[in-house]
Amino acid sequence: MTPTESLSITLSVNGATVAREVPARLSLADFLREELRLTGTHLGCEHGVCGACTVLLDGEPVRACLMLAVQARGHSVTTVEGLTPAGGGLTPLQAAFQRHHAVQCGFCTPGMLMTATALLAGNPSPSAEQVRDALSGNICRCTGYVQIVEAVMDAAAGAEA
Amino acid sequence: MNAPFVGQPVPRAEDVRFLTGRARYVDDIRPEGALHAVIARSPYGHARLLGVNKASIEGLPGIVGVIAADDIAHLPAEIPIRLAPLEGFQRFLQRPLASDRVRFVGEAVALIVATSRHAAEDALEQLEVEYEPLPAVVTYDAAREGAELLFPEAGTNVATRYSASMGDADAAFARADLVIERHMTAHRHTALPLETRGLIAHEEADGILRCWGATKVTQWNRRALAVMLGRPEHSMDLIEVDVGGGFGAKGEFYPEDFLIPFAALRFGAPVKWIEDRREHLLTTNHSREMEATVAIAFARDGTMLGMRAKVSADMGAYVRTNGGVVPAKAAQFLPGPYRMKDVALDVEALLTNKTPVGTLRGPGRYEAHFFRERLIDLAAEELGLDPAEIRRRNLLRPEDMPWSIGHLVPYEPPSAVDSSDVPAAFDAVTDAIGYEELRWEVRKPQPDGRLHGIGLACFVESSGAGPSETARVELREDGGLRVISGVSTQGQGHQTVLSQIAADAFDGGVPPSEIELLNGTASLIEGGFGTYHSRAVVVGGSAIHLAARSLRAKLLRVAAARLQLRAEDLVLAEGHLRREGSVQKLAALAEVRGWMREAGETPDATETFKPDGRTYTCGAHAAHVAVDTETGQVEVLRYIASEDVGRAINPLMVHGQAIGAAVQGIGAVFLDELVYDENGQLLTGSLADYLVATSSCFPNIESITLENSPSTLNPLGAKGAGEGGVVACAAAIANAIADALRPLGVEINHLPLGPDRLLRLIPEKPAP
Amino acid sequence: MKAPPFAYAAPASIEGALALLAAHEDAKVLAGGQSLMPALNLRLAAPSVLVDINAIPELSEVSITPAGLRLGALVRHSRIGTNSAIAGAVPLLGLAYPHIAHGPVRTRGTIGGSLAHADPSAEWPAVCLASDAVMEVRGPGGGRDVPAEEFSLGIFTTAIEPGELLVAIRFPAWPASRRAGFAEVARRDGDFAMVGAAVTVDLGADGTCTDARIVLFGASSRPVRRREAEARLRGQVPGAALLREAASLAAQGIDPPSDLHASAEYRRRVAPVMVRRALADALSLPEARLAS
Repeated sequence: MTPTESLSITLSVNGATVAREVPARLSLADFLREELRLTGTHLGCEHGVCGACTVLLDGEPVRACLMLAVQARGHSVTTVEGLTPAGGGLTPLQAAFQRHHAVQCGFCTPGMLMTATALLAGNPSPSAEQVRDALSGNICRCTGYVQIVEAVMDAAAGAEA
Repeated sequence: MNAPFVGQPVPRAEDVRFLTGRARYVDDIRPEGALHAVIARSPYGHARLLGVNKASIEGLPGIVGVIAADDIAHLPAEIPIRLAPLEGFQRFLQRPLASDRVRFVGEAVALIVATSRHAAEDALEQLEVEYEPLPAVVTYDAAREGAELLFPEAGTNVATRYSASMGDADAAFARADLVIERHMTAHRHTALPLETRGLIAHEEADGILRCWGATKVTQWNRRALAVMLGRPEHSMDLIEVDVGGGFGAKGEFYPEDFLIPFAALRFGAPVKWIEDRREHLLTTNHSREMEATVAIAFARDGTMLGMRAKVSADMGAYVRTNGGVVPAKAAQFLPGPYRMKDVALDVEALLTNKTPVGTLRGPGRYEAHFFRERLIDLAAEELGLDPAEIRRRNLLRPEDMPWSIGHLVPYEPPSAVDSSDVPAAFDAVTDAIGYEELRWEVRKPQPDGRLHGIGLACFVESSGAGPSETARVELREDGGLRVISGVSTQGQGHQTVLSQIAADAFDGGVPPSEIELLNGTASLIEGGFGTYHSRAVVVGGSAIHLAARSLRAKLLRVAAARLQLRAEDLVLAEGHLRREGSVQKLAALAEVRGWMREAGETPDATETFKPDGRTYTCGAHAAHVAVDTETGQVEVLRYIASEDVGRAINPLMVHGQAIGAAVQGIGAVFLDELVYDENGQLLTGSLADYLVATSSCFPNIESITLENSPSTLNPLGAKGAGEGGVVACAAAIANAIADALRPLGVEINHLPLGPDRLLRLIPEKPAP
Repeated sequence: MKAPPFAYAAPASIEGALALLAAHEDAKVLAGGQSLMPALNLRLAAPSVLVDINAIPELSEVSITPAGLRLGALVRHSRIGTNSAIAGAVPLLGLAYPHIAHGPVRTRGTIGGSLAHADPSAEWPAVCLASDAVMEVRGPGGGRDVPAEEFSLGIFTTAIEPGELLVAIRFPAWPASRRAGFAEVARRDGDFAMVGAAVTVDLGADGTCTDARIVLFGASSRPVRRREAEARLRGQVPGAALLREAASLAAQGIDPPSDLHASAEYRRRVAPVMVRRALADALSLPEARLAS
């Protein structure tokens, strides 16, 4: 096996199959943003701390700045654009974010949604403490998190009802 | 939801694009053929810059060009002062690229432009820059002594010094029964919006130089850029797109705000620069580093008689656009919301080899309230008074309004607190936290072995700075409204809140959902001044109110003439014109718009609102903490912040502002800190080292919004609501920790209060 | 902040990975990427070749047998924390897990990556040391076992030689009589510890301590066993006073580093507190948790 600086990859992004030739060093986040123009995945630090680039890899939240695009080969990636069908409304979680004023500048929002989506998929009725723990890798500078936690709890309660 | 909309928790209309990944931040814009810029920055805190070897990266893959100081030497490219032009500051302005000397780590020395970001960064590693290191100035004392000078030609590191006073402090101190004086410090930190700065510049085919990514004060920045580039102002535009947070730091004029447009002109192509997080920590304005010696004179009954203070601010290496605001406002707000008329202040601003400072949400107030509120607690202890009681005896009362706060800021006229009910705001938090009971509860031994404490702090805060704001309201062809405003938006939700104001001013005839907002971009409207000092709703909203009223009057006048009715008998409702007392719709607003056209009237109105002074909010914070005396860790068990905002246009958003501000402010007490070594190296250059609050840090934060004191200075009664949540955090938390540690004889006079620092203050118990 | 150029390969077998490491002297192994990727983006590392081991299925294997637990080096943090059989086999893993990073890091980060990175403040190396784990290292010349105590050698330094790969971690069977405790102090939940302790205590039927492991981490350049303190417990029925004594012994003679988040003095002072609290938790002696 010879290492190369450029590779062909095929993966699924938001349910669609995507094939590209990419440089080895291209991060998954840059691939999504620059190659696929899915700019809902944000870059806040590019060293794995802020969580703004969180996407789902096979349903699990990951930092897209800490993965190479080539590592997503054969996997399924979901970004914030993939949470709702094109042109079609909000998910219950997104709607709860709006209701609770869990969004201010919006820059952390996609990462928060992806992390919370994964949380609720695995734990449909989390405690507030579990929500806070799950979101603790996603920095928000605007909201103080209170309304974000309320929104996630509300979405969970709504789904249960 | 029906009118009136003001006062209702209207959900934000803008949220949908943020929630679905369809927002458009500057990094989301990808112009065809864009070049990418990166900036070579000084690795030294202080050094002679001997040369930039442009040839060292010539011919590397993708390299288009390099710009160094010699390329801009012919331009008057000194970054001007926007606010707080204190005497002496003009000597210490920054040029976009260092020429012969670098004065802080991160100072720009060259701009590399390449066909891709990756190629530009690859070349950056190869660029040869020669330096001769100089000793760095990093302490207040070294700056004052001036053995090493940042600007030898100025002969001093003291950027400015001034004294300000009101009343007769000497007389007050002469009759004091008790004087409490301490040396105290606040620590350097920064706003850290989650989106870094960024800019795309391009001279398009129409000859207009457009810059995307501008914000905050685009009109002023355009004027500054015009001067620096030597181009007419109307040949360029600064365009605001979605902005991922500002908090004072983003949108000031930085070196890159010149360099990127300059590069776009030089290379004749769109040039894009996105600040990375390391650059952000190195170059975006820092704030809050300050030392003060503050003395308060008290009578035996706790009456605050007067204050003396010496305030010194570390300005970093240059005086930036609004750096002077920080020490000047700290000094102005030191007396706080108390009936104290005799004050003498000495203020100085010192240059050091660190990143220059600018404003950060509640600039100067955060520091000042910490200094004063600590002293009040110390006095209470000396006088045997309860901390709540000593405050109550001194708080400004509604009957004191307007309360003169004198002429404490040299570059501003004298000012006065317009209206305020501080005792009510104070009672709101003491009642909510159950102060009377809790103050005894915290004294008892706790089952978890920690020491508990309760801390109080009061504040007064200004907002709604002038000079004026202009708005245009247009009746759209479809009968909706288009509002054009000169304020800018960094994520606050102005589309919603300003629509609420316009809707009500239009008698609710058009719901907020049918009102669009255009704002932020420099060319949209003349007479716009941007968003700072919590002015967007207060001043910008008032202008929109006036313009919408004006359009309403014009529309009704035309309609009345057309229908041969009296204008007073007509009402606007549900996008229609109706006759008062009748449900019958006379005409759709879209139709009325046609009538206006036919009558020779434009379906719009423009108005300017010029406030007759600033609005002042007041409030109080209360904190209940538990201190682990073995680890120095503090848990904030409960935190409550109140603010009397005059009128809450959108309570949901006011609450959000307060909570968010409080978590920023509390986080900064424990986490945020920019640390330099003796060479001026920034040691906290990544988010692994510069820590901010996460969702698990401070879960128990509450806010109380009060509307007891509507402003008399604007038609809305509104006051700023974005900063009261942050300004008293250090004060309340420090007081709570000091209260907890009182049995151990610990005093808290310095920030921050992370575990290491706190544990140093706690006497070690001898090993068993 | 973009990574420098490098060539990339993702071999499907350990042998393939070893061949690549042998062929490229400055190659780096990419496991979960949660430390290496930031270093690349910050250009603190610039390998010419990245050998991605994520495609080697064998490295993700988990086996639990009467002999103990074996975790492939690529087993991710989240799997350790959410698979109750793993925490059941080595309870210290379960106790340490909540302190490790955040959700989206746990889903990628691996135990082997953490061990090979050898941050002195990391949790897994301390847990391995306190659990008598053995590291299976494979090189061109075959495999060798390295006991945890000989594995971490210092800050970011391990016994892994150039050309070698950490392939698995073996934990001996956990005796029914063994109690475990874990305590750390960090700036925020999920941050690396300023200082912490991982302990195990074996109790006889009469409540006498028959054996103990006390490991301090964040207190020196690598996690360290505190044998004098362990000895103090052995043969005794532990009570609050004994725990205080042992904790104090555990911190004696340590020479901790200073960094931005904690001074050496801080670590020296808090180290015994962490040991005492970990022991108190292990032995269910809540009164020993409190300051005296």
